Amino acid sequence: MEFLLVLGIPLAGGIALAIFGHRTRAAEINSAFSLLTLVAAISLTLRIVEHGPQLLFDEQIFVDPLNVFLVALTAFVGFTTSLFSRPYMRIEHDHGRLSANRLRLYHSMFQLFTFTMLLALTTNNMGILWVAMEAATLTTVLLVSLYRTAASLEAAWKYFILCGVGIAQALFGTILLYFAAEKVLGHDVALLWTHLDAVKEQLEPTVLSLAFVFLLVGYGTKVGLVPLHNWLPDAHAEGPTPVSAVLSGLLLNVALYAVVRCKVLADGALHSNLAGLLMMGFGLLSVVVASFFLSRQRDIKRLFGYSSIEHMGIVTFAFGMGGPVASFAGLLHMTVHSLTKSAIFFAVGHAAQKCGSQMIEQIRGLIKQSPTIGWGLMLGTLAILGMPPFGVFASEFLILTTAMKQQPWATPILLISLGVAFAAIFGKVQPMVFGEPTAKRLPHKPAMLPVFLHLGLVLMLGLWIPPYLAEWYRQAAKLIG
Amino acid sequence: MSDNLHLAIPLYAQVINLLAAILLLLSFAMLAQRRILSLINLFMAQGMVLFASTAVVAAATDQHHLYWSALITLVLKVFLLPWILHRLIRRLNVKWDVETLINIPTTMMIGLVLVIFSFNLALPISELAGTITRSTLGIAMAAVMLAFLMMITRSKAVPQVIGFLAMENGLFFAATSATYGMPMVVELGIALDVLVGMVILGVFFFQIREQFDSLDIRHMEKLKDD
Amino acid sequence: MSTASSVLLQFLELITALIAAPLLTGWVNQCRAWLGNRSAPPLTQFYRQLAKLFEKEVVLAGNASSLFRAAPYIIFACMVLASTIVPTLSTDLPFGPAADAIALVGIFALARVFTALAGMDIGTAFGTLGARREMLIGFLAEPALLMVFFTTSLISQSTSLSTIVETLGQREFAIYPSLAFAGVAFTMVSLAENARIPVDNPTTHLELTMIHEAMILEYSGRHLALIEWAAALKLYAYSCLGLALFFPWGIPEGTGIFNLLVALPSLAFKLAIGGFLLAAIETVSAKLRIFRAPEFLGTAFILSVLAMLVHLLLEAPK
Repeated sequence: MEFLLVLGIPLAGGIALAIFGHRTRAAEINSAFSLLTLVAAISLTLRIVEHGPQLLFDEQIFVDPLNVFLVALTAFVGFTTSLFSRPYMRIEHDHGRLSANRLRLYHSMFQLFTFTMLLALTTNNMGILWVAMEAATLTTVLLVSLYRTAASLEAAWKYFILCGVGIAQALFGTILLYFAAEKVLGHDVALLWTHLDAVKEQLEPTVLSLAFVFLLVGYGTKVGLVPLHNWLPDAHAEGPTPVSAVLSGLLLNVALYAVVRCKVLADGALHSNLAGLLMMGFGLLSVVVASFFLSRQRDIKRLFGYSSIEHMGIVTFAFGMGGPVASFAGLLHMTVHSLTKSAIFFAVGHAAQKCGSQMIEQIRGLIKQSPTIGWGLMLGTLAILGMPPFGVFASEFLILTTAMKQQPWATPILLISLGVAFAAIFGKVQPMVFGEPTAKRLPHKPAMLPVFLHLGLVLMLGLWIPPYLAEWYRQAAKLIG
Repeated sequence: MSDNLHLAIPLYAQVINLLAAILLLLSFAMLAQRRILSLINLFMAQGMVLFASTAVVAAATDQHHLYWSALITLVLKVFLLPWILHRLIRRLNVKWDVETLINIPTTMMIGLVLVIFSFNLALPISELAGTITRSTLGIAMAAVMLAFLMMITRSKAVPQVIGFLAMENGLFFAATSATYGMPMVVELGIALDVLVGMVILGVFFFQIREQFDSLDIRHMEKLKDD
Repeated sequence: MSTASSVLLQFLELITALIAAPLLTGWVNQCRAWLGNRSAPPLTQFYRQLAKLFEKEVVLAGNASSLFRAAPYIIFACMVLASTIVPTLSTDLPFGPAADAIALVGIFALARVFTALAGMDIGTAFGTLGARREMLIGFLAEPALLMVFFTTSLISQSTSLSTIVETLGQREFAIYPSLAFAGVAFTMVSLAENARIPVDNPTTHLELTMIHEAMILEYSGRHLALIEWAAALKLYAYSCLGLALFFPWGIPEGTGIFNLLVALPSLAFKLAIGGFLLAAIETVSAKLRIFRAPEFLGTAFILSVLAMLVHLLLEAPK
């Protein structure tokens, strides 16, 4: 029942808002739908925590600790983003950048995007997973091109073509997976993950290794792994800021979740660490490349787009290493990165609106004009850079120490990259917050509650992880292996 | 003698092999094509091949859901998508301009290398496969690679999209002929995604042209890291 | 193998080639005329032309070397040899083991080199131009031709033409996509090699785009007759080769008189159909610009390579 609501509410919301998303109260309706989704997700989570993993609807749906945690996170960030987007989009509307019809498209697509992500997370069918990922691409293409400016169209086109090609590779990987599984499982259940997981030892290793490569490249494109990351900074910079927040905070996670599911199968079939090595390689490359690109950015949203690539690289690396501690740290990092990055984008969005530009040079002295936005941005930046006591510090610390034990060669590379990233981001954000002000007043009150809510949670996760949450991470980490 | 071995392959498998070869040929023809109209027609021909091969597999293995896939293929890839594309290019008035970034003979040579590469990649898998039409996996992979090459080497938006669709064709061929079809839900989902994607792109083309006065992707190189 | 009857058969094949080649060219010209709604010249037109040329006096340029005078005989000899190697009436030929498919390509190449050399010998602009173009076409066509032979050789596990034809002729019905590709590639190569449309136009002189005619402009009398005859023989050899490789039914293995009764009419029938198709192709297609010819032959090459790859992937015994 809860489950039906988790998927049904955003779908209904998408349809309803497609009809009257242009009304004045649409933003509130949008938030209401997101809130309902969140409530349903929480009750689903409670049920899973209580009763353990569940298979529903003829085994098509599978909810276990690993994905229910992402479901909860997705619903939560979706809800806070909808809170943020209410004033943000209104300001954009008043500035004349968006018409009422565009707002309708935005609201509808926002809900549908949530729906596709939740579907991708909860489906047990690897084929449906692919379909949902592709649908998520399509909805976000529309969201990225919302402003219909030359730059946003270019970003959306690049996004579509690159992710389209990537996702096609993933489909080929899925076909190969089916090809390998069909001999063991027969036609009907060959794509169901739970069945695949049960027989993963018997799957043909040659086919599975090839399938995993295709799946990693395919879904890795959506994760934003280097060298397939080109779309990510553009899409983040040119879309509306709430979209950047959900792209970074949620979509990348969901894509990475898909990779992790595939890795579990590949590990079982291959009896070697090929999958882990590939993920570590891609992850490390992303961290290095992204951190060195950071210093060259002039657009604040691009800057944090690259930062997302870097952090996704870290998580991919952690999952690649494997083992209970690394997987635990990876999951934790996924959570805190989602929360922190979306908080940063909320703050950045309002800051850019205040200064009328996304260019870093033109955003100055936020703290004098608007202390909440200034502090929000500053604290968020410190958090994402891994300053204690924020949660990012805890997870990065765990990942680094595990790396020192398991893959000592990678530790200096990671450390240097993190240092470079620190210097680049801090050096750019500091004058934005403390320099001479250029900002002007906004027609609506900015929504700073989500920013501090997120940062508060990240702070809490850095100081103290609630025991049930830790238990839940541990279970999920065990599933990943 | 190879003949005796060849005899062991039943007729329907031979037909599928023939269709696979035609698919490969069509992929090459698309790579060499200069005109958008012919490109769409070739895409349509690919759709026909897919329809035929799916129908043959369905008949040979007696799987009813494959008849539905064949039907969906026929409607979607032979009628609907080419029709949308024809309408699009008529409205956009871009009938003649396919420009390549690399000249065509070079592209063809790269294509040949890609085909050899994908055949090699598919070889170990083909040997494991239980299905008789296992060899077609290599061809499907080659078709995907060639479509990918076409996307890379074309500078205009419409041929890029046709390349994208052709890539999907190759994947579909891999799914039906090499593995005898994915579950129906998945196929429906894929078909729906392709259709929705096409419609979105159609809308997109007009906006791109409005903004850039052209469908040339080379205009869209403003977003760079500097 | 080399019994008296098979030697006799070989001789018969040679005679057939010499007689049938001008007839084939005449037939193609007739078909072209019909398809173009013109009144056709008689089938024997080519014989009359040859007879006329043999009677005429040879006019040589002042600076013609002995190579220029020897070339027509060499070219003619090459083509006669080529048409005796190709199995037309029987696969049991004494010449069969002497030269395989690859040697055949070599023989064609030899003839080409002498044509080009003779074209340049006098030093006229047209001759040199034609020779250069001819070498360009040859350079592109030969790899494709070789690939076609490789594909058929892979199927029959031999490069000997007789074995290839025997294997292909006896097989049960099976669909060979590779042979279809190879067949199309072979047709394209044949069009280019025999100076047909769309690469060259055999009926015009003094056109800036001509290739074959440009090289032989300086020949006259019996030299010209030999070269024209050699061109007809080349067309005949290529047609027979195509028929032998892709439609090998009707070529008997034995040497008996009954076999001959089957072989001769079936050959005539197949050649008639083939000639008509050639005329049809030439009628419906337009001549390519000379710089498009490499693309045309490149396509042929790609097709032939694809044929081989498809064979290796789809048809090779596992």
